[in-house]
Order: sequence, then C-alpha cells, then structure tokens
Amino acid sequence: MSIPFVDRHIGIDADARQLMLDALGYASLDALMDAAVPTAIRQSAPLRSLPAPATEAEALAELRALAAHNRVRRSMIGQGYYGTVTPAVIQRNVLENPSWYTAYTPYQPEISQGRLEALLNFQTMVSELAGLHTANASMLDEATAVVEGMLLARRASGSTSNVFLVDSDIFAQTRAVLDGRAEAVGLELQYLPLAETDPAELPEAFGVFVQYPAASGRVWDPSAVIARVKERGGLAIVAADLLALTLITSPGELGADVAVGTTQRFGVPMGFGGPHAGYLAVREGLERQMPGRLVGVSKDADGRPAYRLTLQTREQHIRRDKATSNICTAQVLLAVMASMFGVYHGPDGLRRIAEGVHAQAAGFAARLHAAGIEVAHADFFDTLEVRVPGRAAEIVETARERDLLLWQVDSDTVRFSFDEVTAASGIGFSRAADGLAADLAAVFGLSDGFGVSLTPHLPEGLRRASEYMTHPVFHVHRSETAMMRYLKRLADRDYALDRGMIPLGSCTMKLNAATEMAAVTWPEFSGLHPFAPLDDVQGSLVMIGHLETWLAELTGYDAVSLQPNAGSQGELAGLLAIRGYHRSRGDVHRTVCLIPSSAHGTNAASAVLAGMRVVVIATTETGDVDLADLRAKIAEHRDELAALMITYPSTHGVYEHEVMEVTAAVHEAGGQVYIDGANLNALLGYARYGDIGGDVSHLNLHKTFCIPHGGGGPGVGPVAAKAHLAEFLPGHPLAQMHLHPPFDHSTGHVGTVEHRGAPVSAAPYGSASILPISWAYARMMGAQGLTDATANAVLAANYVALRLRDHYPVLYAGENGLVAHECILDLRPLKEATGIGNDDVAKRLMDYGFHAPTMSFPVAGTLMIEPTESEDLAELERFIQAMIAIRLEADAVAAGEWPADDNPLVNAPHTAESVIAGEWQHAYSRELAVYPSSGDRTAKYWPPVRRVDQAYGDRNLVCACPPISAFA
Amino acid sequence: MSAVPADLQYTAEHEWVRLEGDVATVGITQYAADALGDVVYVDLPKVGAALAAGSIVGEVESTKSVGELYAPLDGEVVEANSAVVDAPETINSDPYGEGWLVKVRVSSTPALLSADEYRALIGE
Ligand SMILES: Cc1ncc(COP(=O)(O)O)c(C=O)c1O
Repeated sequence: MSIPFVDRHIGIDADARQLMLDALGYASLDALMDAAVPTAIRQSAPLRSLPAPATEAEALAELRALAAHNRVRRSMIGQGYYGTVTPAVIQRNVLENPSWYTAYTPYQPEISQGRLEALLNFQTMVSELAGLHTANASMLDEATAVVEGMLLARRASGSTSNVFLVDSDIFAQTRAVLDGRAEAVGLELQYLPLAETDPAELPEAFGVFVQYPAASGRVWDPSAVIARVKERGGLAIVAADLLALTLITSPGELGADVAVGTTQRFGVPMGFGGPHAGYLAVREGLERQMPGRLVGVSKDADGRPAYRLTLQTREQHIRRDKATSNICTAQVLLAVMASMFGVYHGPDGLRRIAEGVHAQAAGFAARLHAAGIEVAHADFFDTLEVRVPGRAAEIVETARERDLLLWQVDSDTVRFSFDEVTAASGIGFSRAADGLAADLAAVFGLSDGFGVSLTPHLPEGLRRASEYMTHPVFHVHRSETAMMRYLKRLADRDYALDRGMIPLGSCTMKLNAATEMAAVTWPEFSGLHPFAPLDDVQGSLVMIGHLETWLAELTGYDAVSLQPNAGSQGELAGLLAIRGYHRSRGDVHRTVCLIPSSAHGTNAASAVLAGMRVVVIATTETGDVDLADLRAKIAEHRDELAALMITYPSTHGVYEHEVMEVTAAVHEAGGQVYIDGANLNALLGYARYGDIGGDVSHLNLHKTFCIPHGGGGPGVGPVAAKAHLAEFLPGHPLAQMHLHPPFDHSTGHVGTVEHRGAPVSAAPYGSASILPISWAYARMMGAQGLTDATANAVLAANYVALRLRDHYPVLYAGENGLVAHECILDLRPLKEATGIGNDDVAKRLMDYGFHAPTMSFPVAGTLMIEPTESEDLAELERFIQAMIAIRLEADAVAAGEWPADDNPLVNAPHTAESVIAGEWQHAYSRELAVYPSSGDRTAKYWPPVRRVDQAYGDRNLVCACPPISAFA
Repeated sequence: MSAVPADLQYTAEHEWVRLEGDVATVGITQYAADALGDVVYVDLPKVGAALAAGSIVGEVESTKSVGELYAPLDGEVVEANSAVVDAPETINSDPYGEGWLVKVRVSSTPALLSADEYRALIGE
C-alpha cells in the first residue's frame, strides 16, 4: 500500500496536528473550522464530481492514458507558435529544477540575484535584438503584449485622435484579442493593408501597429508608415519575431517606439498554447510608461552591483487604477528559459538557426516556383503563403495524412512555417529520402524533395547590419558543462521552496509535487500546436473538461474558462463578462466598479481595462468592507453600478461575517458581484463563492492548485461564473471546441455552454501545458483531501499567530479570535518602540535562513504570513523561533545594547564576505551576524549581496547587463 | 516634527507657495517629502504650460509611492527646476530651498493656507 498523496502534500502529521490543536484549545480540526468559518457561509451540498483520490502511480497512469489521446504531428502551422529544440541542459536544469520553478517573484532582491540576473540577460537580449533601449521581463503572450503596446501609445502620445491603425496582415489571435480590448476601453481600431497604403493617405492616429514579418510571412519595410504616423504625434508598435531579427533590420532601426512579441521559439515548447514569455521593449524615454516588471541594476550596502525590480511604483501595488497595466504574475520561468537559450547559443548560434530556417523556406519556395505553384510573397523569413486555387483543404488534409500540419487560410490559400525543428530534421541538406522534405514535396505533387537555397529572400534594405548580444554572458557558455554550472551558480544565489518555507501572505507557496510536475514535459502535452486539429488534441480537451467541471463544482459556479494566463487576466475576463452581461440588457451606463481600499492592486487596474470607473469603498478597522460606506456608495451610484469586487476571505486574511449582506446589497441595486479567488486556499471544501453571492470569480491555480510560481510566473487564472454570465466568458476564434466543458470522448459528453466573449489570451486554452499539474493535484487529493488541505492551512496560520502574538501584535482576527489561512503581524509598534521596521525584520530573516513574509500588503508597516498546509511543524517552529529571536534583537537595540545605526537588524542581510573581509568593526559579533540561530550551520544559506539600495536603482536606471568590470 | 516656514503659504495637497510680485515659486512641504520617502523621480510641467488651480500637473515619485503635483494657483509656468529633475533627492534634503519645483506667473490666486493653518492640518 502506498501512502496516500494527501499525507505527502500536507506537512503536518497527526501528532503535530494534535499538539497544535491543543495549543489553540480545540479538540479537533472540525472544531477549529467550525469556530473559524462563519456558519452562514458553510457549504452543505457534498462534492460529487471529483473521483476518489488516486495514488501518485495511478494519477500518472491516467495522465498517460490522456496523453495517448493527443497526437503530436509535425507542426508547420506557425502563426506565432513554432517548433523549437529545448536544449536538454535547460530542460533539466531550469524547467525541471525546483530551484527555479518554486521561487517567488523577486520582491526580496537580496535572495533572488540568480533569477534577476537571468531576467536581466533576457532584457538585454530582447532589447538588443529589437534595437530598442529597454525591455521588460516579461509579458503574458504576444497578443496581450500588442494590447499593452496600444495602451502605452495611448498614454504617451500627444495626439488627440482616438484611432489606432492596425495592419491587416496580423495573426488572427492578435486581432481577436486586440478587438476585444480596444472596444472595452473605447479605442477605435482601423485596419488597413499598410504595405499597400500610401503613407501620406494615412488618417491621424495615436499609434500604429505592424507585425514584422507579417502573418502571411511577408517581410516588408514599414519605416515610411512609421515615420508618417510619428510625424503626427502617434507612436509605432511593431510585433517582431526575435529569430527573424537576427537577420533583418530591428524595429528600433525602423523607427518603432515599441517592439512586442513572444520568445516561445527560443527553446520553450509550444505546449498547446503556453505558457511562454511575451516581451515588450521601448525606446529611451518611454521606460516609465512600460507595463509589467523591469529588472534594474542598483548597488548593495557595500557598494557592489546588485539587481532588483525597478520602477515598481508604476505597477498596481502603488498606482492601482492609475497603473500602467494590471499585469502582476508574468512568465518568469519561461523568460529564464528563453534567456538561457540565448546564452547557450549566443548571437552566432541564433543567427545560424535563423539562416537554416530561412534557407529551407527559400529552397522550398524555389521548388514551388519551378513547379509553377504561386508563392504569395517574394520576401519572407520562415513562412510561405501559397496559392492553391480550390485545393487548400485537400492539401492540408493530404499533409495531415503524412503527419504534417499546415495552415489553411481560405479555400485557395495555405500557409506553413519552417522552424528550428524542421531545420534540424535535415530537410534540405539532402535531396534524398529525407522524410519531411519528401512528404512536403509530395503534398504539393512535386516529384522529388528540395534543397536549401542560399539566396536570401529578404529585402535588400532590410538585411541586419547592427550587432546584438555582444555582452560576454552570451559568448562564454557554449559547452554543456559551462552552461550547467552557470545555471547552478545562479540557482545557488536564490531562495526557493527547495531551501525552506516561503511564508508569503496572499501567495500560497505550497508544495509543487514532483508527480504533479511530471507530465509538463511529456511530448504529448508539450509538443502540441495550439491550433492543431480537434482530433489531435482530444486528451488535452478531456483534461480541460475535467478541470472545468471540478473547479465549477468546487467554487459553486456553472461555467469555467481556463484561458486567462494569470489572476490579473482572470479578473479582466470576469469583469468583461459582467460588462457584456449589462450591455446585453441595455444597461450601457453600468460602469462603476466598487472596490474596497484593502483590495489587491490588480483589481482596480483590471476594472479600468474593462472600461469601468473605480469607486473606492472604505474598510473597517478589522479589514472588513465598511457596510455603511458600501450602502452610501451604492445609493450614490445606483444606476451606474456595474460590479463590486471583493476578496474572500478578505485580503486581511479574515472570514468576513457580513459577506452575504454585502453581496445582497449589490444585487439588490442591480450590480454583479466579483469575488477575487486568490484566497481560495482558506475556503476550498468549506464554502463556495457561488453560494455566498458571487456571480464570477477568478482562481489562481498557481496558488491553490499547485502550479509552481516559477519565480514570477507562469500562472493560470481561470474565470468561473454563474450561468447568466457563461456566454460572456472568453471565447476564441481558433478554439477546437467552442462548447464547454469540451468533448469527453470517454463519456461522449459534450458541454452545452458556448463562451462567446472576446479572448483575453493568444491561445484558446491559455497555458494548457501546465494544466496537468492542477489536474494531478485535484485527482490525487480528491474532495476530502482538498478539504483537509484547507483545514490544515488554517490550522498552521492560527498556530503561527498564536505563537507570535505575544511578540508582535496580530492585526486582525475574526470570530473567536481566529484568522483564516494567513495572519498579519503589525510591525508599526515595534518601529515606534525600537526604530526597527518591517524592512529590517524581513532582511534579518534572510540571515536566519528564511524568505520574508509579504511586506506592507494589505497594510503598510506589516508582515503577512501564510504558512500553507505543506510546511511541517518543525519548519513552522524554526520560523517562529527566528521571529522571536529577531524580536529580542530589536528589544536589545531599544535597550541601547547596540546603536540604532549599527546592529544586526539594520545591517542585515550579512554576506560571507561582509564578516570575513577586513576588520570587523561592529557592535555585535560576526558569529551573531551570520549564525544567529542554533540550527545546523552546514545548512546555512548565504545571501549573495547585502541590502540593496532601492532609491539608487530607481534614480539611476540601468536595465541591461552591466559590464563584467562593474563586478571587479 | 517637520519644518513649516512661517513666510510661506500652503495647500491642503502639501505644497508650499512663495509669492514674489506676480511670480510664485512652488514646492512640496517637508512633511510631504518625509511621507514619500526617498524621492527618485519628478515629472514637472513644461515652461509655458498654462496651469489651472487644482489640476494635476506633475508627479513626485519615491521608491514606495507616487504623489501627484497639483497646481496651487492659476498661471503660466515660467521656470521648471531642472536641477531637481537631475537630482530628485534634493526634494528630501532641501524641500523649501534647492528642492523647489516650478515658478509660475500667477493670473489668479485662490485662498491658500497660512503656516499655522497648515501646521494644524498636519497635526503638528
Ligand atoms: C488578492 C489577489 N488578487 C489578485 C492577484 C493577481 O494574481 P496574478 O498575480 O496571478 O495576476 C493576487 C496575486 O498576488 C492577489 O493576491
């Protein structure tokens, strides 16, 4: 008998549980949960859809069976997703390595230097390929990056025009996403065949968007169009293929203000649509207009260069409804992979790959031409558009019979793209019986294969002359040994879940089990093109159907879309559904979104992007929605009320008693209720959003359902809704199934709900390749296991609160003095009494071998702790002891034992060098500096840098790799 | 206790105004600078820009927060402090002196707060 997975997932064992319950004064977990969760919201209906829990082996076997229903053919579909060879050294040492995939967003820079360096490499690579000054790290996908580009243009342009010009030769998914997002915020899109339009005839616009190379594969020079639009105050956004940019003139050199795109083909599998890292780069002067996260170089307390996230104030945490974007969780793990692809291959390697791809395309174009078959464009990089009057469907079908996927544009036209995989298959290098070459030739009725052509089909004036990726980091890691060691060196600098607990409140840093992760890299899941034919993707659709069904039941909703790529996108999708619903009923004036002041910043930022106006409602002392203020605001905005957005349990980690009254008041006024599901880990199995008045919610599968945080993404932010909103959930023009839950071949069951809203992601099912993680978690836990996880998470948080209460006041508590799954420690009294602030405590925790809790959210000057169910009692104790010891250190400062400006807290964290090199001239010992606790000294984690100077980095913006000499 | 010089006038948005003839020099108070923390960036209106009292005309950004700059009076910008743009930390070190932000040729002045009134506003 194998041990049930639930006992592997939950860290607290039976003995520990008893001890913790005794300390809290409850006889059982049930008694604790009865006391903590308000009776009025407790769910009554039993959960039926989840089958009895599977063992790890059984879950893997079932996943294998699902995988067997996917068929990975050789994809030449292209259209934004290309075959790529993930270097094995990157797959094993990054994608499959918990040191990379279990880290959190690098908010604590001192213990995140490894991935910050990897991301700085990413920014450097992207900005140099794009020929622009600064790139961010990262966007969620190409289509949403285009939207961000458009919104950036609107902010930065002086033009009063409301028009955004768009070339008509762009990817269908980009167009669909752009259409929906522009409509929501009232911007007017004007589609024109820009390559054929006289620039002088262009209407005035605040911006223009061109895809380069275009969707049809064509490479043309947009610089005259760009110049004309800029002349009249508009900005130019170019979506560029990074691989193509190794051969063609960069967007920056063409005059673009912003370049966007995806880095998928830099070693990240297609994965049935995602996750992949999008990118966005801007010219100098637009840095403060950028959405998303940006890594910069600053210095530490010893004056050494140190990396950190820079210009954080642009983001929603601070600027809320005035933020540059709602994007929060991004695609760090995938950006790291793409960055390492660049590091491993270097500029020459990338160019060679591109040349191989281009030579194949050119060779086949020549062969088609010789056979009298028309290739639409004379200039292309990797994609051929071919005219086959009346025969497109037949050709695509013939190809499919030969295991080759092409793309049908219309009945007369097909498109297909060559890529690193086709290039590596040897096609073109031998005219002989190479499979792919022979198959492709046969599909077009050609008698033999074809060779490469070394005649470039790129416009004379667009051959790239400028250099890129000149920094040594892109030149010294060519051997696998060097690459492996570089990845290890970086990983060693970082603190991830494989070292110890990461008690970040609102983040749910629970176990990401190895069995859950296993299927992510199986070719049946990782190798699918997102637009592959329905028959080829049955296994994934069945899994998606399971997840939609399970998540709907677990949350009390009727319909679920897995399309959003992060919580922020789920919020946007949910609010757009509310908007669609109101408008369908003629309620076009319902645009006010009520948001409590304690809400997460993404809520307000998403509301603005959904075309709503944010009205803030007050929260009470205890963090609850202030009912009186809510009623007043509802009365004031009664006719314009679109929605209320609340988080449950509240962002303060408290089960609000009045939640039903709150939701009822909104409904009574004709508004809809959005419940932010980021804190679902406190509720699953005990209460359901749909039962407490929610109309729609997003969930964070990267919190509650074990998708690892990846150091700042990927995420999956499904949106779940009641039946009346279901048709407004995000659809997709290229989805294999428009009905939800999708077809289940085993039961023959087809869902009946069609999602008809505009897509919020480039791919129909978002980040489909990581869904096996959440599937496996739910499958191995079963309904009871998920419920147990919730109870143990609540137990852990209350135990920590109890043990730390005498040392730091716990800011809020609900019924019976209990918190939910997280607790807030108020550090402001400590600061008053000792001068030691939450910053000092957070940094000193690093010396003790911990990642700090969430700082100053939702209340400034506090620390929010979420231990999760996965930590065992020993680790909880280690954390509690560290926090108590730090409190005593602060008291010693207050007592004058150490000077206020020279003590182990304000000087934290301490590097090895700081205690070894030079004279030791501090008021406390070296030993206390670095070995403050009695734990195992051989297990010591050494922070690689001292405290990072935040102000210096924001004042002196450097967002690309500094020269090696800077580290001397 | 933050300094509130008696010879200046103030706004509820924590700005100070020094009126000399028809030109007003404007900055943010020490109280505001302290509350913001380390200032890292300022965005000022351009010379020649017309200001309407109460409208948002710029930004003062620190590592942890962003404060909006409101026009305290109606008028036209005659000078913007480029030194403070290059060295934003001056706002922390010398808010009433080198840390001034803009000079405005005033066309009309709404009622401003006296030093005593401002002191009362910030509870000092
Ligand atoms: C309460 C809350 N809402 C929304 C979000 C946004 O989710 P994401 O980061 O996946 O976009 C978060 C994430 O931290 C959160 O804590």
